[in-house]
Amino acid sequence: MPANFIFETSAQLDIQKIRADFPLLATQVYGKPLVYLDNAATTQKPELVLRAIQDYYTQYNSNVHRGVHYLSQVATTAYEDARTKVAAFINAKHTHEVIFTRGTTDGINLVANCFGRKFLKAGDSILISAIEHHSNIVPWQMICEERGATLKVIPVNEKGELILEELDELLDDTVKLVAVTYISNTLGTINPVKEIITRAHQQDIPVLVDAAQAAPHLPLDVQELDVDFLAFSSHKMYGPTGIGALYGKEAWLNQLPPYQGGGDMIKSVSFKKTTYNELPFKFEAGTPSIAEGIAFGAAIDYLQILGIPNIQEAESQLYAYAVDALQTIDELRFIGEAKHRAASISFLVGDAHPFDVGEILDKQGIAVRTGHHCTEPIMQYFNIPGTVRASIAIYNTTEEIDKLVAGIKKAVTLLS
Amino acid sequence: MTIEERQDQIIEDFELFDDWMDKYEYIIQLGKDLPLIDEKYKTDENLIKGCQSKVWLHADYENGKLIFTADSDAIITKGLVSMVVQVLSGHTPQEIAEANIYFINEIGLQNHLSPTRSNGLLSMLKQIKLYALAYQTQAFNPS
Repeated sequence: MPANFIFETSAQLDIQKIRADFPLLATQVYGKPLVYLDNAATTQKPELVLRAIQDYYTQYNSNVHRGVHYLSQVATTAYEDARTKVAAFINAKHTHEVIFTRGTTDGINLVANCFGRKFLKAGDSILISAIEHHSNIVPWQMICEERGATLKVIPVNEKGELILEELDELLDDTVKLVAVTYISNTLGTINPVKEIITRAHQQDIPVLVDAAQAAPHLPLDVQELDVDFLAFSSHKMYGPTGIGALYGKEAWLNQLPPYQGGGDMIKSVSFKKTTYNELPFKFEAGTPSIAEGIAFGAAIDYLQILGIPNIQEAESQLYAYAVDALQTIDELRFIGEAKHRAASISFLVGDAHPFDVGEILDKQGIAVRTGHHCTEPIMQYFNIPGTVRASIAIYNTTEEIDKLVAGIKKAVTLLS
Repeated sequence: MTIEERQDQIIEDFELFDDWMDKYEYIIQLGKDLPLIDEKYKTDENLIKGCQSKVWLHADYENGKLIFTADSDAIITKGLVSMVVQVLSGHTPQEIAEANIYFINEIGLQNHLSPTRSNGLLSMLKQIKLYALAYQTQAFNPS
């Protein structure tokens, strides 16, 4: 049966003890210990999460919300417990404001489609920022095209910070929704989302926040932010892939039409008329990712055990250490130097193509990301083919950063 | 040198290195030695699809033989391109079209390259073979 965990928050985190929770971190690549610095793409999973998946399939595998039999009730309780955990994690007012999705992209697509079909018409616009991930650009482009609306963009400066001086002018009558990322997956910029929300609300414009990169690193409080929609993914928070959450204010979610038909989203169906189910099920068509949902709950447990404020403190120390250490490499230049940054560090080394650097690091057992990181517009802004990106998680150590620096120095020698 | 002889030579060269870093160093050196494509041929038309880094490939047909020049914006890719060009450039379209390319497997490159790079390498070989086939057809049907 799903275990309950006692929440114990320690002020100081023992990183070596945390590392021991993640079996994959002990692996070797090319005979060298793995240095995993691609956490913005996906994180490794702790035993707690792996066990939750195993337990579901070996002890109470059953479909949810349907069966009267014992196993189905156990599975339903575990799955709905996970929703409660997610709601508590972001301090949602109601548990039914949490919709399970396949991930951040799925959540944004849901809002783009449902909100767009209901509220967007020709001449309207959606406002995004210049540093968005493709998944917070393309769904809006698609619905704008369909509805005859336009996409507007908050510009960015050379440091990778949004130019908020232009925000009030951009927030004109045509804007029906603002969609911005909390933390840039490419530049690490932390956007002042609270300020953006306040200013948008002054014009009665709702705001969606892409919290994919923020959820594992920062405390999220949807009531304090007063955000209207917030999307994030389990797999970037030490949970499994294929599951995520969309938070929406009850008042907004009740106004939106359902997105996909079938399964849980109906109350009754006849060939004449279908009555839709209430929140959150209205937006959850078909059999959900049950094991993943329950394990997502376990990942939230894990984050709560460590304590997000502790994580934030430990990671910001490591981030500062990494920036300092990387600065010792003469040939290295950072792409994105916002004052407030977290999690991801992007850089280029001399004239070297990011792929070349990434490949030489890989051969030393160091996993980083190279390329445009699904943020092509910001690459075009900086006029570069891509960057090398090192992104940290709570299990990363200063020794690993030292190895990254040594690895880059080796790449410099080889490539120059 | 025939296509086979050139491949055997590359395989022999690679046997000198035990460490993969040394192999990379060698590949990077090959990239630096690659005869560059004329700037005017670095067009979107000559870009090979399937490479995440950019690769341009141009073919000239001289005295019945195909001469390849190429470039890439990534130096390791350029080294790989260089090897392929060294093996296949300067041969008749028929020789190229019929060539069995085994050196990439023999030197273990396939296993050590990231999937995007090895896909790129395969795209490049495919493109060269397509050129060869096109010129073979041309040879039979002079316009």
